[in-house]
Amino acid sequence: MIYQGKQKIWSDYNKEIPDDHWYYVRSCIRQNFFPASERTMVDICKNVLKKDFYENPNHTTCGGIAYHCDTLPQETAMTIVARQFALMTESGYENYAASCITSFGNYCEVLETWHEFPELEAKIRELLWKSCRREFRKPKYLCHTSDLIFKYRNEIAAKAKYKLVNCRTGEPLRVVEHIGCHYSKMFPSKGVGGAEYPYVLVGMIESWGGNVIDYPERRHCCGYGFRQYHVRANRGYSLSNTHKKFESMEPYKPDMIITNCPGCPYFLDRWQYVISEMTGKTYGENGYGIPVFTYEEVAGLVLGYDPWDLGLQLHQTAVEPLLDKMGIPYDPARKYLGLNEKDLKRPELPGTLRCC
Amino acid sequence: MAADFGFRLSPSSTINLDKTDLTKFNQLVEEEPDVKKCISCGSCTATCTAGKFYDIGLRKAIIYLQRGMEKEAVKMLEHCMLCGKCMMVCPRGLNTRHIILSISRIYKSERQ
Repeated sequence: MIYQGKQKIWSDYNKEIPDDHWYYVRSCIRQNFFPASERTMVDICKNVLKKDFYENPNHTTCGGIAYHCDTLPQETAMTIVARQFALMTESGYENYAASCITSFGNYCEVLETWHEFPELEAKIRELLWKSCRREFRKPKYLCHTSDLIFKYRNEIAAKAKYKLVNCRTGEPLRVVEHIGCHYSKMFPSKGVGGAEYPYVLVGMIESWGGNVIDYPERRHCCGYGFRQYHVRANRGYSLSNTHKKFESMEPYKPDMIITNCPGCPYFLDRWQYVISEMTGKTYGENGYGIPVFTYEEVAGLVLGYDPWDLGLQLHQTAVEPLLDKMGIPYDPARKYLGLNEKDLKRPELPGTLRCC
Repeated sequence: MAADFGFRLSPSSTINLDKTDLTKFNQLVEEEPDVKKCISCGSCTATCTAGKFYDIGLRKAIIYLQRGMEKEAVKMLEHCMLCGKCMMVCPRGLNTRHIILSISRIYKSERQ
C-alpha cells in the first residue's frame, strides 16, 4: 500500500460527522447474526462516551432487503423510509445514525432521488400522510454507525484497556478490513474515504494499534449479495466470492477481520466452516479459521468488555486465538452462558474447522 | 468425501497477471501494434456472420490473449471465415482480418 497516495484519496472524501445528539436506528438482521453488537454500540455511546443517543422503539425495517430483492416497489420503500424520518422528527432529532450498511445506502439513495426528483418527494409525503398521518423533516446529517465509532476512535483509544497488538511479540496485529458494498460504492462522497479506499475502518485499526493488510481482493464483495444467497441454487456463487477473498488474503496471514456491514461478518464467518467441510482447508493458524468481528465488538474488546458479554460465543469461527494474542482474559466455562447465566447449550463441533 | 450442502464452489476466474506468460502477445503487438488500439466496443462481435452459429468474437479473443488465455482465444477464432465485416465496422479502423491471421500464425502451437 502506498500510504501517501491513500491519504490523498482519503482527504478528498472527508465527511462532516457531528459529535453528539444522534437518533439511532437498528438493523433488522444484525440482532440475529451478532446479537450484542448493537447493544454494545448503544452502551459505548451512552454510558462510556456519555453521548446523547436515542432510539425509538417504534422504528421498523428500512425495507432495504425487500427492495434489493426486487419484491418491493420503490415508492413503498421510500414511504417506509419517510416514516422512519417522521419518527426522528417527532423525537426531536436531526442527526440520523443507521446501524445497517444497506439501510444507510438505502437512505442515501432515497435522499438523492428526492433531491433530483422533488415531485417524487411530494408524492411520498402525501402517501405517508394518507397511510399513517405523519409528517417529516429530512435528516440534517446522515451517517452509518461505523462513521460514529470512527469519529470517536481516539476517545475510545484513550480509554482502551487492550490494543490490537500481539501481547507476546509486541507486534501490531495484521488486520483485514472489509467494508460493506452499500457503504460507499453507490455514493462515494457519503463514506469516509470514498469508495476505492474507505478510511472508516482503517482509521479505527490504526488508532487502536493494528496494522491494515492490503490484499488484491480487498474491495471484493463478501458474496452475500441478497439474491445470490436467498435463492438456494445461487448459494454456490455467494460461497465462491467469499472463497476468492480468503484465497487472496491467505498469504498475508491475517490475525483477524473487521467489518462494518450486517451480512459481511456473517458470511465471512459462517462460510469458513462450509469451505472447510467442502475442501478441507482452513485459513487460520493450527486448524482454526480467521476470527471475524464487527467494529462494535472490536471497540468493546478494546474497551475491556467481557468477550462472552459481547456475544462472541455465537461466532462460527473461534475467537479464542485472537483473545489469546491480545491478552484478553476469558473464562471458557462461561462461553455458552447467555443473559442471566442461561445455558445456551453446546453446539455440535465441525469435523475440519477447529472451534475450541 | 466433501460435505454436500446442495451447492458447490465454482472454479475461480481469478487471473494472476504476474504469473502469465505474455511473450506471444508481445510478439503479436510488435507485428500488429493495432491490437492495442482495440477499445472493446464489440462492433466486430455484433456483425460477425459466424457469431450466429458459434461463440466467436474478436473483442473477447483479444481480451483473452491479454490475460494469457491463449487456448480459449485460438479455439474461438478457428470458426472465423475471414469475411471482413468486422473490419468494415471497426470504429478504430483496425485491420481485423490481418490481426486474426497473425494470431493464427503466432499462436500455432495452441491449435489442436
